[in-house]
Amino acid sequence: MNRVTDWHIMGAIALAGLAGPLLLPGLATQIAFLWLMVVFALTWDMLGGRMGYNSFGNIVFFGIGCYAAAVVQRDTGLPYFEGLALGLLAGTVCAVLAAIVFGAAMLGIRGHYFAIGTLGLGIAAGEVAAGWDYVGAGSGMALPLYPGELGQREIFFCYSLFALAAVCFLVFRWLYGTRFGLALNAIRDDHDKADAMGLRTTPIKIFAWALSAFFLAISGGLAANMIGFIDPRDVAFAGATFGVWMVLMAILGGKGTLWGPVLGAFVFHVTQELFWTYLLGWQRVALGFLIVVIVVFFPQGIMGWLAERRARTEAGS
Amino acid sequence: MSVLLDVQNVTKRFGGVVANERVSLTVRQGEIAGLIGPNGSGKTTLFGSIAGAHAVDGGDILFEGRSIRHLRSAPIARRGLLRTYQQTRIYDDMTCTENMAISAREAQGSLLSLLRPVPPATNAHAGDLLGFVGLYEKRGDKAGSLSFGQQKLLEFAMALMNEPKLLLLDEPTAGINPTLINGLIDRLRRANTELGVTLLVIEHNMRVIMNLAHRITCLAHGRVLAEGAPEEVREDKRVLDAYLGVA
Repeated sequence: MNRVTDWHIMGAIALAGLAGPLLLPGLATQIAFLWLMVVFALTWDMLGGRMGYNSFGNIVFFGIGCYAAAVVQRDTGLPYFEGLALGLLAGTVCAVLAAIVFGAAMLGIRGHYFAIGTLGLGIAAGEVAAGWDYVGAGSGMALPLYPGELGQREIFFCYSLFALAAVCFLVFRWLYGTRFGLALNAIRDDHDKADAMGLRTTPIKIFAWALSAFFLAISGGLAANMIGFIDPRDVAFAGATFGVWMVLMAILGGKGTLWGPVLGAFVFHVTQELFWTYLLGWQRVALGFLIVVIVVFFPQGIMGWLAERRARTEAGS
Repeated sequence: MSVLLDVQNVTKRFGGVVANERVSLTVRQGEIAGLIGPNGSGKTTLFGSIAGAHAVDGGDILFEGRSIRHLRSAPIARRGLLRTYQQTRIYDDMTCTENMAISAREAQGSLLSLLRPVPPATNAHAGDLLGFVGLYEKRGDKAGSLSFGQQKLLEFAMALMNEPKLLLLDEPTAGINPTLINGLIDRLRRANTELGVTLLVIEHNMRVIMNLAHRITCLAHGRVLAEGAPEEVREDKRVLDAYLGVA
């Protein structure tokens, strides 16, 4: 049997990503959200899985991306695509700067304290946005209308988010193969040891968060335009939904593995869509139940569970 | 021989407990120095003070003639002064080879220099050093799956990978199978002579330290009790009393 390599899987996903919206135009929005979830899981895993810093505040960078795009598109008066491009650029700059500032302040905190601190960050950001008139305060912001024909918008954002997820995956895959990837793992396994071995842990940690922020900000700008409206607490800084899902998807697939976050995002998103379709009214309950199942039965995620099974089979044979 | 490490009157307190009181010792370039003393005499605390794990309350620490008293552990490590831990510290979820690769000197470089794969030469060198401590067959295994003794050897190999000028070893033979101890002593000596690493070794096993060290310092109750050649320290009545508990 030929070995299935990363490249085979990537090829298959690329084909599905390119053909999907054309074959199933009715599902374009759902597929676009799937790629958004992949970006969420991948960027969360950079810190949570690879570096051992469980952030519940990554949603902040997504929200910054949403608002930066909306403000630029509203205030510059540029045509749609120019405005969108400039908005995405502004979003990445703001989010990366925020990651550097928050990182310098918070990445010195370890373990649960970091998790709780970032949770506060996410909640605070939502409250600030909800009280700030310049960004529409509690009533949120409407994004400009997509100029193309009906149905084109979904296709456009489906491809944009697919491209973003693909680039994010390839960049992270390359990074995890470098000394930087090893340094992240070293910080996760024993931070004090990494310091004692002379690693420059502070810039490494900040860079990792800033890179996650970069991709999250772009995803925020694109998602805001796709949805057409941003609410401070339910869309941009949606800590209780997007913010928690990021963590769940990475854990479900397998923290700190290459394919874990991607697989987790697929399984989670499909399951969620099925809940909405078949268990309407109970979908939140079903989701809560799914979370319990993930934590109890797949503490190492699907990839970890598979690796364990393989090890057991090999030991048994 | 020039002085590589010069600890001058270092005092370290934890609350009301004085762990080290005006401790002075020197380590000369190229030697193997020993540090002994009963449990709780302040040996590991002194290692922590030297390696920048905590701030000291008094005195000064010179490495290659420059004060490192106010530096933290990472910049001290980058100057070429490393320590190992009594309770071994390795990267559990990484393979032995990865543990070695991230311990290489080049991994201490700038963020930008980290953004490239581990060069084949580094992995080859890692393999050589793993062979040196007898862990070559385990190179692809997760470090956390090794036995305590093997982890101790891995930690030693990781330190060598960094090519330090001075290596502080905290009980390198603790937990090592007694039949392997002679082999380990031989490796410590070879690291010293062949790789040119100066060693300062904390050791409880008297047979080991008397064999290994050129000079020995004995601590008791946080103070230097005696120092000198192994045979002098071994015969020193105060040292015997400290170990046997005679007041």
